[in-house]
Amino acid sequence: MKNKKKKNEFLFFALRNKKLLVGLSIIILFLLMALFGPMLAHNKPFAYVNPNGAQPPSSEYWFGTTFFGQDVFSQFVNGLRATFLVGIIGGGLGTLLGILIGFTAGYRGGIVDEILNVLTNIVLVIPTLAVLLIIAAYLQVRSVITECLFIGFTAWPWAARAIRAQTFSLRTREFVDLARLSGMKPGKIIFTEIAPNMMSYLVMTFILQFGGAILIAATLDFIGLGPTNAVSLGLMMQYAVLWGALQFGTWWWFIPPGLAITAIVGALYTMNVGLDEVFNPKLREM
Amino acid sequence: MKRYFGRKILIYLLTFFLAVTIDWMIPRFMPGDPVRNMLTRVSVSSNAGAIQVMYDYYAHLFGLDLPLWQQYLYFWNSLFHGNLGLSTYLFPTPVTKVLIRAVPYDVFLLIPAILLSWLAGNNFGAFAARSKWLDNTISPLGYILTATPYMWLGILLAWFFGIILGIFPIAGAYSFAMLPNLSWAFIGSLLLHWFLPFASLFMVMFGGWAIGMRNMIIYELEADYSHYLEALGAPRNLVRKYAFRNAILPQLTGLALQLGVIVAGALVTEVVFSYPGIGYLLLAAIQNQDYFLIQGCFLFIIIGVLLANFAIDIAYILVDPRTRRGMMGETA
Repeated sequence: MKNKKKKNEFLFFALRNKKLLVGLSIIILFLLMALFGPMLAHNKPFAYVNPNGAQPPSSEYWFGTTFFGQDVFSQFVNGLRATFLVGIIGGGLGTLLGILIGFTAGYRGGIVDEILNVLTNIVLVIPTLAVLLIIAAYLQVRSVITECLFIGFTAWPWAARAIRAQTFSLRTREFVDLARLSGMKPGKIIFTEIAPNMMSYLVMTFILQFGGAILIAATLDFIGLGPTNAVSLGLMMQYAVLWGALQFGTWWWFIPPGLAITAIVGALYTMNVGLDEVFNPKLREM
Repeated sequence: MKRYFGRKILIYLLTFFLAVTIDWMIPRFMPGDPVRNMLTRVSVSSNAGAIQVMYDYYAHLFGLDLPLWQQYLYFWNSLFHGNLGLSTYLFPTPVTKVLIRAVPYDVFLLIPAILLSWLAGNNFGAFAARSKWLDNTISPLGYILTATPYMWLGILLAWFFGIILGIFPIAGAYSFAMLPNLSWAFIGSLLLHWFLPFASLFMVMFGGWAIGMRNMIIYELEADYSHYLEALGAPRNLVRKYAFRNAILPQLTGLALQLGVIVAGALVTEVVFSYPGIGYLLLAAIQNQDYFLIQGCFLFIIIGVLLANFAIDIAYILVDPRTRRGMMGETA
């Protein structure tokens, strides 16, 4: 009963939070484009369809064509799909690992905590991209899923660190002690007593991991270490730069991919601020 | 302070050890045979006897017929002799030499961009906090800037200032018509080519620091000590000054955490502007499947990041008196 009321209260504030709503609408807009865009595109992303080469947007080619006569719209919507996939799977995996390691380290404490802490700090110091690029460079065939796995397995440290700190402070509360005294197993205590109390935090961690994964993927794709068999927004930008889109002024080739990434990641950040205000009464009405 | 440093150094040594191990392990345990791949693809075959030289190099550097643990020790040994193999893309220049030629450009680009954006971002963010008008303009701008992929901002700047307005050059580190020398004209050319890559790095980072600082200041101004000072009748500026000094610490930690992202940003920015630092080299190495050069870039990036982390640790001690008095301001 009380719980239900609380949920309604969150919903009440969520529906009135402009930042959350604006961010969410932008994400949904791009998500719809990623889902249904490829069905509307009648050309394959890499097919050379326009014999005239680069042409500005027209009724035939909505986003224009590249230097090679490829359909930019088709590349864009397919790349958008890859972007969301990387965000959801890569960011999801990063969050999951962060949660597992953070909970274990924070709840167990002692030597387990020490070891996990050193591990976290090491992975935190190593620049993610450097490791990704050395692995990616040696793999001859890469798919979008491989990219998601790379990103997920290197992006977890800050999440683990933050969740560990939160768990650490919750661990000594009375209700957790009570659960422990009543003989609950550690796993159950973590998931029924501790996790629900930091749910808002976990959601926000996922959102930030989502945005981070998209940016890392764009960087990897841009230096040519993205998926070898699929189009991505980063790859579009790389081709645009390498094939002189700047010099020829074919702006329709490099504006859409970067704009989409900026809009999606910016919307995610904005949503995060909005959610923070919804969950944290101190920040409301600012 | 001793414990603080001891712990940090232990982490850095472990990190370096792990990084070198990754660098050694990946070529050996990846599916396929990268060594054969590389030797069949490289353009050194036109050079008589070059392939034999490469094989000898492999035998020497990798010790491929030895047991794995001996290969591993071999790798460390050549590393300490500064031997990272020969670049196949710039054959027969040693990788170390290629990298050392590129490093000054990175230092010249990254250090001013990081320091200036951090200082400017923090000051602007602190200024914007709790001032309605500024907050409403700077915060959205900051969020947009941090969400922008580095290369895209680079592309936009290059397109607008380089192509449309034609003010700045968009490729190379100095005019192609010049040879490096110590003249004003050459230095001018260096600065002109440096400006756009610097500006794009600066702007993206600036957004992040400004937002971070704004949020920290608001948090600090809500803290008990601020309310207490206000209640005592302290002037507004004094309260903000104390808040700023407290808020700067997490920003410093944030700088250490962001280094990896910044390095990634610098790599792609260099690619956009064909700026001859490590990032540009890396793209060439990837396109030419020059594995020795890729591995060398990896090690150089790791060493650079570790050194920067260490510098930030020292800065932390200078800024936070608690660490100096052994009170452990920040653990690990």
